[in-house]
Amino acid sequence: MKNIDSYTHLRGESVYLDDIPVIKGTLYAAVFDSPVAHGVIRVLDIHEASAMPGVVEIFTARDIPGENQIGGIIPDEELLADKHVHFCGMPVALVVAETEEAARAAVKKIKVDIDPLPVITDPRIAKAKGELIIPPRTFKLGNTETAWKDCEYIIEGQTETNGQEHLYIETQGAYAIPMENGAIRVYSSTQGPTAVQRTISKVLGLPMHKIEVDTTRLGGGFGGKEDQASAWGAFCALACKLLNRPVKYSLHRMEDMRMTGKRHPYSSDFKIGLNKELKILAYEATFFQNAGAAADLSPAVMERTLFHCTNSYFIPNVKATAFSCRTNLPPNTAFRGFGGPQGMFVIEAAIVKAAEKIGVPASAIQEKNLLSTGDEFPYGQKAESEAIACWQELNKHFDIAGMHSAVNEYNQAHPLSKKGFAIMPICFGISFTKTLMNQARSLVHVYTDGSVGISTGAVEMGQGVNTKILQVAAQVFSIDPDLIKINSTNTWRIANTSPTAASAAADLNGKATEIACIEILKRLKTVAAEILNTSIEKIELRDGFVWADGVQTTTDWKTLVMQTYIKRISLSEHAHYTPPGLSYDASIEKGHPFAYHVYGAAAITVTVDCLRGIYEVDSVKVIHDAGESMNKLIDIGQCEGGIVQGIGWMTMEEVVYDKDGKLRSNALSTYKVPDIYSVPKEIIIEFLKTSKTNLAIFNSKAVGEPPLMYGLGAYFALRNAVKAYNPKAEIGFDAPFTPEKVLMGLL
Amino acid sequence: MIRFILNNTPIATNQPPGMVLLDFIRYHRQLTGTKIGCREGDCGACTVLVGEWNDGKLLYKSMTSCLLPIGNAEGKHIVTVEGVNGTGLTPVQEAMAGEGATQCGFCTPGFVVSLTGFCLENQKPTMENAVAAIDGNICRCTGYKSIERAAGRLVTLLKDRKKTETGIEFCVRHKILPDYFLGIPERMSLLQESEKSKIKALSAAQTKKPRLLAGGTDLYVQQHDEMTNANIKFLLDEPGHDEIHIDGNECVLGPAVTVTDLAKSGVFSELFTFFPEYIKLVSSTPIRNMATIAGNFINASPIGDFTIFFLALDAKLKLKDGEHERLVPLRKLYKGYKILDKTPEEQITEIRFELHGTRTCFHFEKISKRRNLDIASVNSACNITSDKGIIGDAAISAGGVGPIPLYLEKNICLVNR
Repeated sequence: MKNIDSYTHLRGESVYLDDIPVIKGTLYAAVFDSPVAHGVIRVLDIHEASAMPGVVEIFTARDIPGENQIGGIIPDEELLADKHVHFCGMPVALVVAETEEAARAAVKKIKVDIDPLPVITDPRIAKAKGELIIPPRTFKLGNTETAWKDCEYIIEGQTETNGQEHLYIETQGAYAIPMENGAIRVYSSTQGPTAVQRTISKVLGLPMHKIEVDTTRLGGGFGGKEDQASAWGAFCALACKLLNRPVKYSLHRMEDMRMTGKRHPYSSDFKIGLNKELKILAYEATFFQNAGAAADLSPAVMERTLFHCTNSYFIPNVKATAFSCRTNLPPNTAFRGFGGPQGMFVIEAAIVKAAEKIGVPASAIQEKNLLSTGDEFPYGQKAESEAIACWQELNKHFDIAGMHSAVNEYNQAHPLSKKGFAIMPICFGISFTKTLMNQARSLVHVYTDGSVGISTGAVEMGQGVNTKILQVAAQVFSIDPDLIKINSTNTWRIANTSPTAASAAADLNGKATEIACIEILKRLKTVAAEILNTSIEKIELRDGFVWADGVQTTTDWKTLVMQTYIKRISLSEHAHYTPPGLSYDASIEKGHPFAYHVYGAAAITVTVDCLRGIYEVDSVKVIHDAGESMNKLIDIGQCEGGIVQGIGWMTMEEVVYDKDGKLRSNALSTYKVPDIYSVPKEIIIEFLKTSKTNLAIFNSKAVGEPPLMYGLGAYFALRNAVKAYNPKAEIGFDAPFTPEKVLMGLL
Repeated sequence: MIRFILNNTPIATNQPPGMVLLDFIRYHRQLTGTKIGCREGDCGACTVLVGEWNDGKLLYKSMTSCLLPIGNAEGKHIVTVEGVNGTGLTPVQEAMAGEGATQCGFCTPGFVVSLTGFCLENQKPTMENAVAAIDGNICRCTGYKSIERAAGRLVTLLKDRKKTETGIEFCVRHKILPDYFLGIPERMSLLQESEKSKIKALSAAQTKKPRLLAGGTDLYVQQHDEMTNANIKFLLDEPGHDEIHIDGNECVLGPAVTVTDLAKSGVFSELFTFFPEYIKLVSSTPIRNMATIAGNFINASPIGDFTIFFLALDAKLKLKDGEHERLVPLRKLYKGYKILDKTPEEQITEIRFELHGTRTCFHFEKISKRRNLDIASVNSACNITSDKGIIGDAAISAGGVGPIPLYLEKNICLVNR
């Protein structure tokens, strides 16, 4: 089934935040943000700006009626800087004007005098100075201390992975409209409508029931709108409340890039020990997460780094410690993979370095240590593993040995052009690691004409969650999908939602929808049994008709719905779902945090132009553990898009802050995401065929985040290509591998 | 008053000519299918088609409406996704839907418009050309493979085009475009007749020191807010200014020649065998459709691709300030970072360079973080004239190595070898 939004998308008729028709009297907001990364505000001069034509009001921290606080996990982030600024781009004042142009023009006239304080941009320096967001956490399995003596090979090293700009093509934004009795409706481009609602409630000192947050869809999120959409909603709601006028703010790209956080850069240390048979006996890692100036989601991101520190390998002795380090950068936030890719990069780098030292291909170590079912993760959960199945299928289906020798032959024949090859296995846990967030609700209404309206907590941002939810209802009711409509995500219809994140939205909201539909179906069947004078067990709804005893009757869906209504039986259901069996005890760092894991393996080939340092990705071939995919078109799209985003992070996407904490890669002209010419020439995705039951909706495993991590293979393939040209190259592990770094490695 | 046709609607507006088309169509015509992604021509979410007469043919080019002032839309046919829509999905839209080539949908109208433009153009229906048509469109969701597959379907469809039919006729026959397009050529002729005098009036009405504006692809990135209400003199559409011709042993370019004009010029592909390859490295299709060579010189970026290109060719510029005219070698134009040997009143009226026939060998190199649609990290061009295997003259230029686009004066090590 095609994405249900494709029709309006392709005709330009889908409505995004900036497309909502504006109400007469709407005002426009713009933020004045700190030009200094760290300091004390001495004077904030808004006089000239206030006198600009069209300016209605300029708000500062003092105007906030409730708490000046937007921190989600830890209350450590002001909406508007009161006395201190902690990063370049921190909002300081909010201009509200009759037009967008007037608001932006006034922002330029605001002057601020800031006494500068020392600026930290490096997480290791922050750690040394004791600037930590939360106390460090350590995951342990076995005992590394005693294991080292059994190791034939012990290798240590350091890695760096840079940040990544989300670059959702639709920038952040919100539109707040005053309603009667002091209520406010907020249209928000957010992955977490409840987070926006909660933040506004706190900032305005209003009960949550007065704040209606509505989200139809996002023009991309990738984690960037999970927590960081809240500020813009709060700004609009604040001005709306204080001025009693509708207020809109759709950010300019450069505002968005400057003021919002990105994927966390990490600096990490590793120590890996192997025996003669290439079994990894011990692994230690220390992660220094660059959290930026406030907690945002950093503690949770840090946690997932630890959860995925051994990727898809079983290592009997593990000790992994992570520090969330406070720096003077915009607070870094969720980004597809949520810390997992950063952890996986380190173990892969450790394996590559070990392979180089030992003189074997990295794949030999990878293969030897893949997780088997029953193996224990460092956090105590037992694996239901497909790692070996994916690896074997990859080798068989794509003739990996043949690919490998083709690369070697090419390299022998081409002195100035080299190919590199790498395999990237993945293992990614599905569930929010904060167990309580694993809950969702769905509200299903069947109308008397037979049409169905569904609301859930899931936010559609291109991942196709609405299509999958619609498929669930269509399958349970066995009716034409055209009869079903998925409504906007709205906090007045569905309360207390978890954000659409952790790849889990289709599972959680899909299962809640399934429960609601099954409940309604039961009532419909009861009525059908009455009408047809038979027992409910003999009733079935199939293809829009009632079947009794395996025979199609003349009673169709619509008739049955009307009959049920006439009998005064409810055609609506609000259902709740939480996956069973989840638990986690952070005091011992053990538990069963994930409903299941997604596995896979990818083979990546690249070609480097050894004169210029430029390169191409030739192919990415994947065996992906999708379970029983309920929508191949959507799932393949998620795989391809995730892979390209992961490759972008590993190759050309370079977030640059200068030593003063100012973002230099502050526009699309200076921050490069993959274009159509830079994507792999070939991407082949094959799904691993399994029919094991799991906790995924209809056994169709989550697919949002895991494929991004195949992209890590591009880094190691490039490294191999550079080594093929210059075997003596001293190359560290410092992503992204830009053409500049490739060139330096070739010299 | 600026007049043009927007989709099927004649427009006559008193909005300032410096307002970008993107704002006009979204906020003054409520056509919200055209999206705002970056406002600097780097994402293609705001791509529109611009149709204008050229050599007796109505030709359409894709352009980013965020960098296109409505003054430059004067007398043209502007097509947004709403102007492409028919009943149901068009074959372009159907191909994208079928391949799952739309996810969040925000970049999608831009792709639809660019691919529709590809179907309209009289290009060879190859995969390479189809991909080139969308090289200015960024998608953050799909990873492009599904979009490529959709483009592949269109390549197949385009093979059905008859030699006798125009792009519009073909597209209307296949419902790629709605029927109203058949009437556009005539409406455009009428519009252009009535507008000819007014275009001049628009330029002549300028007060003393107008801002000079050609393609706007740099000016609108840097100074969007200032330009909206600026007093602008539009240079792009002055008749004859987009011509490229040979004059004796010199090649002469008009001041409004765009990069696409160069790419399509027979003169250039004959002179430079690898020109199509070089072009691919410079910006993207919609930007090349707008950006002028002269504008690249005046912008004075130390890494301007065509500045580096023409430095190696020893191009000379004719500068005119209304009264006086002088010839300045491009190599003498740059005095410091963005400082030019040029008065604000002076404008380029001609670019010329000498031809050395088959004895010359030319090469251009560009290295950037992303191979395409990126600013050069470094770029370089060299033009070598040789006779019987001996180098007579060697001109080398380099960008990104100093505050100005650099011509390397000391290259004698190559001469006479």
